Amino acid sequence: MKTNKTIYTTIRFLVLSLFGALMLFPFVWMLATSFKRGADVFNLSIIPAAPTFANYGRLLSSSNFPWWFMNSLIVGMTVTVSVLIFDSLVGFTLSKYQFRGKKVVFLLILSTMMIPTEMLVIPWYIMSNQLHWVDTYWGVMFPGLMSGFGTFLMRQFFSSVPDDLLDAGRIDGLNEFRIWYKIAMPLVRPALSALAIFSFIGNWNAFMWPLIVSNDVNMYTLPVGLSFFNGEFQSQWEMVMTGASVATIPVFIMFLLFQKQIIQGIALTGVKG
Amino acid sequence: MNDLPASRGSLERTKRVWAYLFLILPIIFYVLIRFYPTFYAFYLSLTNWDIVSKDKQFIGLENYRNIMQDQVFWKTLSNTGKYVLFGLPVSLLLGFSLAYHIDKAGRGEGFFKAVYFIPYITSMVAVAWVWRWLYQPAPIGVFNKILISIGLPQQQFLFSQSQALFSILATTIWADVGFQMIIFLAGIKGISVQYYEAAEIDGANSRDKLFRITLPLLKPTIVFLIVTGTIRYLRIFTQVLNMTYQGEGGPLNSTKPLVLYIYNSAFRSFDMGYASAMTVLLFLIILLITLIQLRVMKSED
Repeated sequence: MKTNKTIYTTIRFLVLSLFGALMLFPFVWMLATSFKRGADVFNLSIIPAAPTFANYGRLLSSSNFPWWFMNSLIVGMTVTVSVLIFDSLVGFTLSKYQFRGKKVVFLLILSTMMIPTEMLVIPWYIMSNQLHWVDTYWGVMFPGLMSGFGTFLMRQFFSSVPDDLLDAGRIDGLNEFRIWYKIAMPLVRPALSALAIFSFIGNWNAFMWPLIVSNDVNMYTLPVGLSFFNGEFQSQWEMVMTGASVATIPVFIMFLLFQKQIIQGIALTGVKG
Repeated sequence: MNDLPASRGSLERTKRVWAYLFLILPIIFYVLIRFYPTFYAFYLSLTNWDIVSKDKQFIGLENYRNIMQDQVFWKTLSNTGKYVLFGLPVSLLLGFSLAYHIDKAGRGEGFFKAVYFIPYITSMVAVAWVWRWLYQPAPIGVFNKILISIGLPQQQFLFSQSQALFSILATTIWADVGFQMIIFLAGIKGISVQYYEAAEIDGANSRDKLFRITLPLLKPTIVFLIVTGTIRYLRIFTQVLNMTYQGEGGPLNSTKPLVLYIYNSAFRSFDMGYASAMTVLLFLIILLITLIQLRVMKSED
């Protein structure tokens, strides 16, 4: 009975590992090919015959990749900061204050989660066109500055913060803004870091809206730039793989650094729905 | 400070004022960036505006009547249906099996979670191009080279009207399965061990436990994943634009999803009214699914 169980566990482990290797296979090939040149590109081998950084050099010199990378970084970070401030402020307000219209505000914000982005991009584009927001950072960023999802998430977390702590701050003479900032925010740090990571990764990978609102090559975000770059270099697959690697590696690094928070955060928000 | 008891009411008033203060900017944002555009999309759907002309001509429901006659619309809607109906069940089933076995494997849980989850957070544009390359004919595409080396005929994959949609779907499932797995795993971990122990005393085998305990207790998780998954698969766009020739959803519209058709109508043909009408239909479909979810969840309680 006991050995039977051990055998099952071992088989399970092996099958999961094999399947896992298959999952990683496209990434391994992508990275390997980004270090290959010439005829070697057509070689199935994972290890390049003569590893070279030449593709990366060419990518940097013959395209606007550095710009796109920076644009994505600026957009991702700014939107994330905005989401952290506003979603937590609104979540806090909706969880800790009593005022007229509270329920309506909450339901309205919640209902925005049901509106598909596809429906909003056309009016956003018309708006951006009229207000000259096309080809500006603001144009890429404005739709994501606050989110119903983040507000909902933060409200849940703030409701577990005891009111006594906030009242203690009031007795010490802190105003409501400082009570939110100095007392409540530090208590929900795990939720804030989960929200920050989702927001950053989501914006880093966002494609449709940045594609619509940017015409100037220098204003592309990384996914948009990558899409156009790949279309242009289609027959040079080693360049396509190099571009894909550059877009992928930062997310990999972030994942390795924050793996625990990311997975916990997904599970948490997912289960709560 | 000194007049604390007397100022109870005034403290409440101060807090209310702060609450409204905190909400000013957010309310402006949600009204201008979410609600106004939503109504504007409804309004545009009743016009034939092309973004260049000065006037928007009101044409009533003509866009909707034209959509009903539009073969490409029905084609893309049926493609979208295929993405949902073929893709989501496979993704859910795989995600559940992975979660179930990772939970039982005991060892390496953190490692497996990472390996299966990483495609989900990778840029879909990068993923789409890597897979597009894997699908190429020999001597470029890895899949075809493997097929040839084991003595099987080459496949056309993305160049075939019958295979392209499923090829794109395979990529989508690969990128998606880790998300399902993580949520299922959290659900499985949330089931109390006592249920299983009690079942063991009653002589239940692992099959009984799976079908009588695990799956029934995971019902809320399953409902959640079906609804969010349906919405995600309904909105498939990026992978098709990046995996098909010139982003057209070919060959011959065989992979084109509704959202790509909307995108092309709005931003390549500048048929803003017509595209808006299609987004309204998409909105109604998503609304219907969400309402069904709320209904099912409520009957659970």
